[in-house]
Amino acid sequence: MSTSTHAHETHDHAHDHHGPPAGFTRWMYTTNHKDIGTMYLWFACFMFFMGGTMALGIRAELFKPGLQFFDPEFFNSLTTVHGLVMVFGAIMPAFVGFANWLIPLQIGATDMAFPRMNNWSFWLLIPAALLLIGSFFVPGGAAASGWTLYPPLIIQQGMAVDMTIFAVHILGASSIMGSINIITTILNLRAPGMTLMRMPLFVWTWLITAYLLIAVMPVLAGAVTMLLTDRHFGTSFFNAAGGGDPTMFMHIFWFFGHPEVYIMILPAFGIVSQILPAFARKPLFGYASMVYATASIAILSFIVWGHHMFTVGMPAAGNLFFMYATMLIAVPTGVKVFNWIATMWRGEMTFETPMLFAVGFLCLFTIGGFSGLVLSIVPVDITLHNTYYVVAHFHYVLVSGALFAIMGGTYFWLPKWTGHMYNEALGKLHFWLSIIGFNLAFFPQHFLGLAGMPRRVPDYALQFAEWNMWSSIGAFIFGFSQLLFLYNVVSTIRSGKAAQQKQWEGADSLEWTHLPTPMPYHTFETPPVLK
Amino acid sequence: MLLKRLRALAGFAALLLGSAPGFADYHVDILPPVTPISSDIYALHWGILWVCVAIFVVVFGAMFWSIFRHRKSVGAKAAQFHENTTIEVIWTIVPFVILIAMAYPATKTVLAMKDASNSDMSVKVTGYQWRWEYDYQQDGVRFFANLSTPRSQIDEREGPGEAKNPNYLLEVDNPMVVPVGKKVRLLITANDVIHGWYVPQLGVNQYGIPGFVKEAWFKIEQPGTYRGQCSQICGKEHGYMPIVVVAKSDADYAAWVKDMKAKMPPPPAPAPEPVAAAAPAAAAAAAQPTDGKSVFDTTCTACHSTGAAGAPKFGDKAAWAPRLAQGKNALYASALKGKGAMPPRGGNMTLSDDAVKMAVDYMAAAAK
Repeated sequence: MSTSTHAHETHDHAHDHHGPPAGFTRWMYTTNHKDIGTMYLWFACFMFFMGGTMALGIRAELFKPGLQFFDPEFFNSLTTVHGLVMVFGAIMPAFVGFANWLIPLQIGATDMAFPRMNNWSFWLLIPAALLLIGSFFVPGGAAASGWTLYPPLIIQQGMAVDMTIFAVHILGASSIMGSINIITTILNLRAPGMTLMRMPLFVWTWLITAYLLIAVMPVLAGAVTMLLTDRHFGTSFFNAAGGGDPTMFMHIFWFFGHPEVYIMILPAFGIVSQILPAFARKPLFGYASMVYATASIAILSFIVWGHHMFTVGMPAAGNLFFMYATMLIAVPTGVKVFNWIATMWRGEMTFETPMLFAVGFLCLFTIGGFSGLVLSIVPVDITLHNTYYVVAHFHYVLVSGALFAIMGGTYFWLPKWTGHMYNEALGKLHFWLSIIGFNLAFFPQHFLGLAGMPRRVPDYALQFAEWNMWSSIGAFIFGFSQLLFLYNVVSTIRSGKAAQQKQWEGADSLEWTHLPTPMPYHTFETPPVLK
Repeated sequence: MLLKRLRALAGFAALLLGSAPGFADYHVDILPPVTPISSDIYALHWGILWVCVAIFVVVFGAMFWSIFRHRKSVGAKAAQFHENTTIEVIWTIVPFVILIAMAYPATKTVLAMKDASNSDMSVKVTGYQWRWEYDYQQDGVRFFANLSTPRSQIDEREGPGEAKNPNYLLEVDNPMVVPVGKKVRLLITANDVIHGWYVPQLGVNQYGIPGFVKEAWFKIEQPGTYRGQCSQICGKEHGYMPIVVVAKSDADYAAWVKDMKAKMPPPPAPAPEPVAAAAPAAAAAAAQPTDGKSVFDTTCTACHSTGAAGAPKFGDKAAWAPRLAQGKNALYASALKGKGAMPPRGGNMTLSDDAVKMAVDYMAAAAK
């Protein structure tokens, strides 16, 4: 990638005495956090387009009532693998890519604490992705039970399920290793003077996220292993006929699943907390309370899983407990939103592409937060559970939340990473097309859900036709405008005018203040001096 | 009291949205509630929605004000203030108080929803792949409800389908009929995988979980037909197992019970014949179809119309030839005991041996 060519070009830099080797082995054997971060980001990008293609398949089938393209079973596979690919293949690896690139730079470390393990945790993703995508081509087709993999439905399906289970195992191992690496790096490799409460908020959010990952990935691995033994080795964990209970899978899955939701959003909070102060040219309002709010959200995330299960038939006390706990999460989340707005208040704002994505994140993520609050109310949830309202809700938090932060972050750090400035006009066009397409695709889904359209259906009643048509049109606008993003990133890497060391006037973390642009291949071989 | 105010608000909002002309097909609201619980849900939803809208307007009003006033291009100079404990405490406490105000009416509704005691009648609802069975505990009526939309309206992969019925995908052969104004307790379970019995206007959405019986209830206040669907993905035909509930007056309900009983086969004789004994017990109670086509249309079609999971497609001579070559008895045996991905009796354990054989004959004839 361009980092390599530029490292060679900047011969005058003191630290540039060993650049990377050339060719494929550079990437295969690399232990450099920048190379590994780049690979994570490209992997996420590839999986994003895979998952996006599946999403467009779904929206094409749902453009009008009736079955136009797919067999219903294949449609179910599309929704299932779309979910798994986007969660485990796109959003999570993208954030790990950011972590690899930025954590050592922002705390003044020379690299990650365990560089070889870092290499392995990336390369494990490849077989996992092959298993996941390859499962479409085995007899019976890919897993078709929804990404939640509920038994007994999942038990009925073919060998694709076993491939999915192994893919989840491998991805889990990769995530756990990545998390160990991140925690160790943050706790041990900070430059002298970089106390915990001076770390950029992105580093803080990743520290907390890494603990969440270590806590819940083994739980998911346990759940899918029980599925595997139920399928092949005669156990009855989730089979009532053998003394098991399908509900237990849901409890275990969502004990993983809810913290997982925050694993996908906390690093996004971190990225936005870097971007907003930079473009408001004003320090983050309430740094300490942001850290405490992030930690509170993480802790609360362990006691709210039941809100995914209000229609299972838990006792009233169970439903009430999970309702109160879920509502409580609105408090620290509100604190974060208020702090971001207070950061913007009386700033000196400019609106380059990263800032546009950050503001878009702030508005739309909050809409997702509000629909989450609506869904936390048990009686309302019961009428909206498994409808398109829920689909709208989690796409507002995961697409206009996590994904917008990833894109904003990419534009924000691209000048630093590549040494080149991206095309601002194209970036802005990408933002506006994305925000129009996204809202057109997902806002009407709230209405579909309120009117009672269930999710994961390939076909629907006539009264849902109009909003579905608009939703499909929006999805195609959103999907195709991502090609602009790809084009912009690739052309920035290959050419583009040189970026400055501190490309953004208000940016104040170490990578902007202490490192030249383009960056040498190895950075902070001697720790930076902090005031 | 709060609930009442919420209801008033909700009514106002409904009026506002409902009166907008030209929005007939662009539905934006929860469907009109017809039970006490769904009325509560309706009011709760509008209440919380207004709270959210108010917060959104205040918070994002401030943000957009800031975006337009505090930008570099209009000459704003950045203030450098940050950290203020008083403000942090205020914006932690205020949302907390709002949440408590929201939780109070919701809690009352949760407790009411969970109270299925003193019901007037009980109906056991069982989800199957892919239809519902209703078993009236007091009135002794028991039947299946299948999707009644014809396949020819659904499948448009080989040319445009037939014109769709007004209640496309939301219509069944045998609706669930209940008396108006009676508290109906549902005992919900499933036979194979998890299903969700979901009728929005009744405020009921309850998983049926195989091996467990879960409770729900509703009391419909006005006669009418209320439609819903399976809410939990349950395999290939998940989108094709609708629910139709018809609420009738007591007299009409009694007439329906009488009519359904006449349609049901007589209860099994005290000493059943050997053939009947071999069939599953449920088969005796459920009405048996009398021709192969109707068995095919309700059960086999799920896989054999599309060739799902390696099933030989209906009318596909090449796929059927090697199978027909094994002889009818081998085909009967496969259909009854299951083969490969195919479950015994095509997954419909209520079919008698004869019904299964008729369906095999029907499919074999089409492939010759």
